[in-house]
Amino acid sequence: MAEIELAYYPGCTLKTTAEEFDLTSRQVCRELGIKLIEIPDWNCCGASSAHEIDAYLAVGLGALNLVKAEKELGLDIVVPCAACFQRLKVAEKELLKGKYPEFPFEGKIKVYDLLRFLAQPEYRRKLKQKVKKPLRGLRAVAYYGCLLTRPPEITDHPQPENPMDMDQILKTIGVECLPWSYKTDCCGASLVVGRIDIVHQLVKKLYEKAQEVGAECVVTACPLCHANLDLRQREINTKFHTNYYLPIFYFTELMALAMGIGQPEKWAKGHLVDPLPLLKAKNLL
Amino acid sequence: MSFLQEVNRRSGEQVQLCFQCFKCSLGCPVAFAMDYLPHQLMRLIQLEKREEVLNSHTIWLCAACETCTTRCPNGIDIAKVIDTLRQMAMEENKGTEKEIVAFHKSFLDTVYHLGRAHEVGLMALYKLRTKRFLDDLWLVPELVKRQKLSFRLSKVENLGEVKKIFKKAALWQK
Repeated sequence: MAEIELAYYPGCTLKTTAEEFDLTSRQVCRELGIKLIEIPDWNCCGASSAHEIDAYLAVGLGALNLVKAEKELGLDIVVPCAACFQRLKVAEKELLKGKYPEFPFEGKIKVYDLLRFLAQPEYRRKLKQKVKKPLRGLRAVAYYGCLLTRPPEITDHPQPENPMDMDQILKTIGVECLPWSYKTDCCGASLVVGRIDIVHQLVKKLYEKAQEVGAECVVTACPLCHANLDLRQREINTKFHTNYYLPIFYFTELMALAMGIGQPEKWAKGHLVDPLPLLKAKNLL
Repeated sequence: MSFLQEVNRRSGEQVQLCFQCFKCSLGCPVAFAMDYLPHQLMRLIQLEKREEVLNSHTIWLCAACETCTTRCPNGIDIAKVIDTLRQMAMEENKGTEKEIVAFHKSFLDTVYHLGRAHEVGLMALYKLRTKRFLDDLWLVPELVKRQKLSFRLSKVENLGEVKKIFKKAALWQK
């Protein structure tokens, strides 16, 4: 019973290490009456390397996807991955300046990030009706990372320093979403291969600050943030002699859980920090 | 053309507007690891210190988080300036942080050949480039167990269009 159709850009990560994000994004959208149609033959947007190496690649790779989506689907694009979202927005803005005639794009379609799309009042109202099992008692912080909001000239985000989209969604599904000052601090994703030592420092600070406000888990909207916070937790515990147990969720996983759709075990098995013990302790399974 | 003019022309920014308010450096998450802080980098450009800037670690350690760009009171897109500096450094084969440069190259190699990023392929290429064979080896069985490492090649059908973009991108092969 889909009510609207959107072009869907999954991006490379959602097809491999972030399969849970892809799975639950599709489930949640279906449940809320959004039909996602994958952009035919989409290609990598280039994040987070192209813009560091070559100015033409930085625009061109994203641009090709916009042209395909406009020409072949004619639908607005929704992107779950924060990094892909930002690269497609950069391409959109550059193409509309008219400097790239090889990419015929008229701007008839818009690019949205999935989080902000689902946080629109009409979808939050729908979500509220669909919640079967509010996630009461779960204390979380919403972690947005960098690229959903910054820079606002590209993302068109009205509150780049203090976004509330995820906070609102989490509150709608019953999560106790705690205020903290690190929601848009960087996790260092682009340095993970070359300088893991820097990533360890940045991620450890996020754990520290999340625990300081009483969070039992961190909720993300970006597969690169998720990878850093989830995959590196064991390493950080060993390196700094800490014993963090902070499950890292995608916001769509918690939405699916609250709406009672899909099987949580299916997405949970993809996490290195097993979230099931926390969910069991809170009687949420 | 002066270094400042060259940076301005290529980035489309006006680096001379920087009046050293430190806002970029105070918000920079990676400042602790940098040899020059972002506001110092802007000053060095104004002072025509081409070699210091292009050989700095800072330009490669910048995580591209765009906090500086968002907060600059003079509207300088500092992250874009740093992207430009990286590209200029690449042209002159100055990649001070060799591992980071190797990562970006390996990543783009997989996109060139497949149209999509391929994690196994990019890690293999990275290890060959850097000889850092032991990095992240412990993660491999964990990821295999969770079926997260795909050896299957996900490829775009119309690879020609992607390659055309790479052919116009002079710098990626350097």
